[in-house]
Amino acid sequence: MLELRQIVSQYGPVIALRGVDLTVRQGEITCLLGGNAAGKSTIMKTIIGLVRPTSGTVSFEGQTLNKLPTRAIVSRGIALVPEGRRIFGRMTVWENLALGAHVRRGRPQAEIDEDIERIYGLFPRLRERVTQVAGTMSGGEQQMLAMGRALMARPRLLLLDEPSMGLSPAFVDQVFDIIQAINRQGMTILLVEQNANVALSIAQRGYVLTTGRIVASGTSAELLAADEVRHAYLGEA
Amino acid sequence: MTERLTRYGPFLLALIALVAPLLAPNDYVIGVLARICLYALLALGLNIVVGFAGLLDLGFVAFFGIGSYVYAFLASPHFGLHLPFAAVMLVIIFTAAGSGVLIGAPTLRLRGDYLAIVTLGFGEITYICLVNLDRPVNITGGPNGLLSIDPPSFLGFVIDHNIEYYYLFLLTLGLVVLLSRRLRDSRIGWAWRAIREDEIAAEAMGVNTTMAKLQAFAVGASIAGFAGGLLASWQRSVFPDNFLLQESINILAMVILGGLGSVLGAILGAVAIVSLPEIFRDFALYRLLAFGLILILVMILRPQGLLAPRSGARRSAETK
Ligand SMILES: Nc1ncnc2c1ncn2[C@@H]1O[C@H](COP(=O)(O)OP(=O)(O)OP(=O)(O)O)[C@@H](O)[C@H]1O
Ligand SMILES: [Mg+2]
Repeated sequence: MLELRQIVSQYGPVIALRGVDLTVRQGEITCLLGGNAAGKSTIMKTIIGLVRPTSGTVSFEGQTLNKLPTRAIVSRGIALVPEGRRIFGRMTVWENLALGAHVRRGRPQAEIDEDIERIYGLFPRLRERVTQVAGTMSGGEQQMLAMGRALMARPRLLLLDEPSMGLSPAFVDQVFDIIQAINRQGMTILLVEQNANVALSIAQRGYVLTTGRIVASGTSAELLAADEVRHAYLGEA
Repeated sequence: MTERLTRYGPFLLALIALVAPLLAPNDYVIGVLARICLYALLALGLNIVVGFAGLLDLGFVAFFGIGSYVYAFLASPHFGLHLPFAAVMLVIIFTAAGSGVLIGAPTLRLRGDYLAIVTLGFGEITYICLVNLDRPVNITGGPNGLLSIDPPSFLGFVIDHNIEYYYLFLLTLGLVVLLSRRLRDSRIGWAWRAIREDEIAAEAMGVNTTMAKLQAFAVGASIAGFAGGLLASWQRSVFPDNFLLQESINILAMVILGGLGSVLGAILGAVAIVSLPEIFRDFALYRLLAFGLILILVMILRPQGLLAPRSGARRSAETK
């Protein structure tokens, strides 16, 4: 569904990605593991068009995305839940969700309202807080809002950048249950995680990134068995 | 209390505005009322840039100046042009919008304090141009400004009393209030608010941040330019000193005092900042001191400004 071929991305002189190949298959959860500064977020930003690759191609359902602005990529069916959630802090929950549908211009309000209802179904906590100013919600609630907001664009591929960051273990479980539920409803997901165990437990396939290069890839079972992963991420000697 | 103020406030204010000049004791007071309207226009223009889109512009008065001078160029003996009022104002809207885009474009990547510095520079450059462009070719009239500017006229009816100017300004103000509210609740208004909160998140949601920012600069600038045209037609003369940095700061103070992003607030801010020094006029030297103290007091008591901004969208969510 999504393919990255030999992607090189830079921030000025800093090379963050050094020729990344990555494939996300339709209907699957693919996870992307890697330590701090490995370039995971840069991959996400490159896919959604917030960072322009210096070379290489990103293609989605057979179409090349490289040159498209972010709004065109979002319209084509990819949505990002950014690292650190980045919800609109002084807006209400409802307003955040409504903004998630920004690319669906001209769609009838009834359709948008229906989608918001669906998000509330997925995250009942959000319904209780429709008029709450988003910045005053707990970290976990904000993560749910960030996911709900991204889903409002009606994506077919959801990019999740460290959704478990800063959440208590109980909340992490809850968030991952929801990620799995969304996936079972047919959503393809690319998931960035530091927590390899949890991520591989719900993903079908994974990649390991170190300083801008993919150093290991395979099915979750293969990765769980691979030395690189066990050493680096599962805390085994 | 705030709830009721936002619901009935606009009507009450409109009513007061309509009868105010009829109750004014003399022509001077009517002139002050007209000036309040002009500054309210400026505050509404800046409110779009700073309040709605969150782009801190410290050189906003430049567009006011550009509007004034374009009016003077097209309707005075200076170049011997005497275009009809409506045509001049139309040209001003486009020139000012164009200059808004022109200064907006290079600042697109700048945020907060950096943007403030660049716009401050733009304001100063505009002022310096107005003062110095009388040589080698006399374009702006230099420090002496331009005189004998045509008054507004509609179908042979020439406006020349303060009270007529007042109603002309008030009509414009009413239209700009409607425009502001329309924009705020429109798709572009949502884009502005998203950018103000978090530009990267806005972009990730598919907001065209470049376009939205340029539109904020353009709309804000054309409102200020329009106000500038009105000023030129009213003073019948323009001088560079009408467009000093102090004016940019005053306009910003109006917007902040009223509550960033609040349409009614921007108007109240203009009322306060134009009228307070007039009210304290009798206290001579202490006048500015009292003015400053009141500003400080208001900001301590109401840090969000007189009226915290409300949006149509939020209201519609609450009524669900
Ligand atoms: N805006 C930027 N400007 C310059 N360098 C950047 C920028 N963003 C990221 N980098 C650099 O690119 C490299 C990869 O960063 P990236 O954010 O993709 O890492 P990451 O794998 O997501 O790390 P983390 O797990 O800490 O989120 C880092 O060395 C980082 O310093
Ligand atoms: Mg990251």
